[in-house]
Amino acid sequence: MKTRFNRRGALARLGAVLAGVLALPVARTARAAVQNFFTSSNAPRGYDPTEHKWLICLDATKCIGCGLCAEACKKENDVPPGPYYRTWVERYIITKPKPGSAETHGETLVDSPEGGMHGFPECPVPEDQIEQSFFVPKLCNLCEHPPCVQVCPVGATFKAPDGAVLVDKNYCIGCAFCVQACPYGARFLSPVTHTAEKCTLCYHRITRGLKPACVEICPAEARIFGDLKNLQPDDPLRKFYESNRTQVLKPHLGTGPRVLYAGLDEEVR
Amino acid sequence: MITELTSTLAEAIPTFQGYVYPNEATLHPVWSTLIVIYPYITGLVAGAFIMASLVRVFNVKALAPVYRLSMLTAFAFLLCAPLPLLFHLGHPERNYEIMMTPHLTSPMAVFGFVYAWYLMAVLLLELWFDFRQDLVKWSEVTPGLQGVLYRALTLGVTDVSEQSVRLDMKMEWILSIVGIPSAFLLHGYVGFIFGSIKANPWWGNVLMPIMFILSAIVSGIALCVFNYLVLTWIRRKTVDMRCLDTMAMFLFYALVVDAVVEALDVLHRGFAAEEGFAVLQTMIREKLFYTLNLGQVIIGTLVPLLLLGSLQLLRRRVPELVRRRMIFGSGAMILIGVLAMRWNVVMGGQFFSKSLRGVMSYKMEFAGQEGWLTSAIIMCLPFVILTVLVKLFLSERLPTSEPSAHGSSAV
Repeated sequence: MKTRFNRRGALARLGAVLAGVLALPVARTARAAVQNFFTSSNAPRGYDPTEHKWLICLDATKCIGCGLCAEACKKENDVPPGPYYRTWVERYIITKPKPGSAETHGETLVDSPEGGMHGFPECPVPEDQIEQSFFVPKLCNLCEHPPCVQVCPVGATFKAPDGAVLVDKNYCIGCAFCVQACPYGARFLSPVTHTAEKCTLCYHRITRGLKPACVEICPAEARIFGDLKNLQPDDPLRKFYESNRTQVLKPHLGTGPRVLYAGLDEEVR
Repeated sequence: MITELTSTLAEAIPTFQGYVYPNEATLHPVWSTLIVIYPYITGLVAGAFIMASLVRVFNVKALAPVYRLSMLTAFAFLLCAPLPLLFHLGHPERNYEIMMTPHLTSPMAVFGFVYAWYLMAVLLLELWFDFRQDLVKWSEVTPGLQGVLYRALTLGVTDVSEQSVRLDMKMEWILSIVGIPSAFLLHGYVGFIFGSIKANPWWGNVLMPIMFILSAIVSGIALCVFNYLVLTWIRRKTVDMRCLDTMAMFLFYALVVDAVVEALDVLHRGFAAEEGFAVLQTMIREKLFYTLNLGQVIIGTLVPLLLLGSLQLLRRRVPELVRRRMIFGSGAMILIGVLAMRWNVVMGGQFFSKSLRGVMSYKMEFAGQEGWLTSAIIMCLPFVILTVLVKLFLSERLPTSEPSAHGSSAV
């Protein structure tokens, strides 16, 4: 049996296949747009993310390491028990240099038992050997160029126009690429939903005019939260960044963190 | 009993030295053995294909007896390449989203398309063009279901005139040429998945895709050597020594280039000694001591280099049997070494905290999603598929159109 081919027929078939291939991205983009539209962000109806630009700032000089923020966050957001934290507190203990050594300081010990949720155990270093000791609250750095968003293969995690970096848990495939890509260790794979989780700035609260749980509960006012697009003249946020020299974490990675810190030490990473 | 239990528990619970971020203190790393074998399998595909294209594109006639075997090897492994990725997902049932709504800045999303392109447009097509005229012949002489299968695989194109066969050859050549960059792209992209993670100093490295491609070529050729020798042994046939020596030669050269680039990477890291160098040093000295120094460097590189290198110099003086054993040994060791390299990259990148202040320990699980049993099964699967493919398409009982150029005559 011989099959006959002619150029016209072959070209027509090739054309059809090409048209099909070209139509695919259009269909995909349309589907993505629809899915974005229905993304579950826990925001109330009528909330317009383009009218806000949320920012959280942290004053490391004020943090007392009580860990209430980490605990409140776990409760507010149903964060699974175990080593899963959307926010946590680190304790830094920098010892004095050994006598005779020409160093400015000795060792740096860092710990964060249970994310600092229940405070910290007694300092393992005798008081007279401590040069400096301080606490640093940590959370998602709300990067301008978030590597976690960049690597998500399905676009389940995205940067909202209001600055929050969110995850659509109904869409996330749980590949954990974003967990690997976050330089700050701010993401984890939930053992309950098997999807990526992270700080949402308590999106369900801030979109209803409330503060994030960690900010609300902080007794030392070490966490300052506000809306850059709707700043009041005496806004604590404005006061914070006008009166402090601020720093961000791991600036060399080019992620453009928006979480500003006051009173950071070079030892903090 | 209780002491035993506690000691087992203590081993099962990961231990940390120094400080690791609280989210990193999980029972096992988020990527484990499955993600180790994922680049391993993909690399074997790319390497086996490059090996096959030496025959088609570069016209290395000596390798003709292993052409079909290498192509089928590449195909069998390619079919299994996405499995480890699929099984490690938190939601495997949503995997199709990678293809449906890909996020194009993600290396993982684009990998899906590179994979599909490679499978559909390169490997399957090239295999089809290569086997088509034989399939026509086989469908006529084979009774029963197998004959029906051959007939179906011809896709109705049963023209075996000289002109049509010439077209097949031409298409194969074109596809091989397209295939080489595609194979590079396929595995380069796997390297890029790791190389693009700037948060991780062990991974974030421009050399990563290049190292992955080179080690892929090495491992692919080694796999073809391994498969060829095992198949001839099973079929009690004589080994085509010219073919085997040529494979050994290419394996040696590929290994030299691979070893040089990997050494360059180590040198560069040591010289630049950037932030986090201290923690990387701890890893090389402690966490990856055996897999890196023994597995990757000694077993995977130095010993095979020595064996294959000496064969290049003294080929004529070494008796055939010894030569065969040396080449087989080198191939097997390289396969172990490249697996160790994948382990060192994937697990090494997760043995230290991104705070660069601490390291984690990890004890492999046996069963379960991330256990090594799953990985071992997935690793065996391509060999099972290959056995079926060889039985179907490299059967000794079937006549082939090009007896001098295809595996079935020699194997």
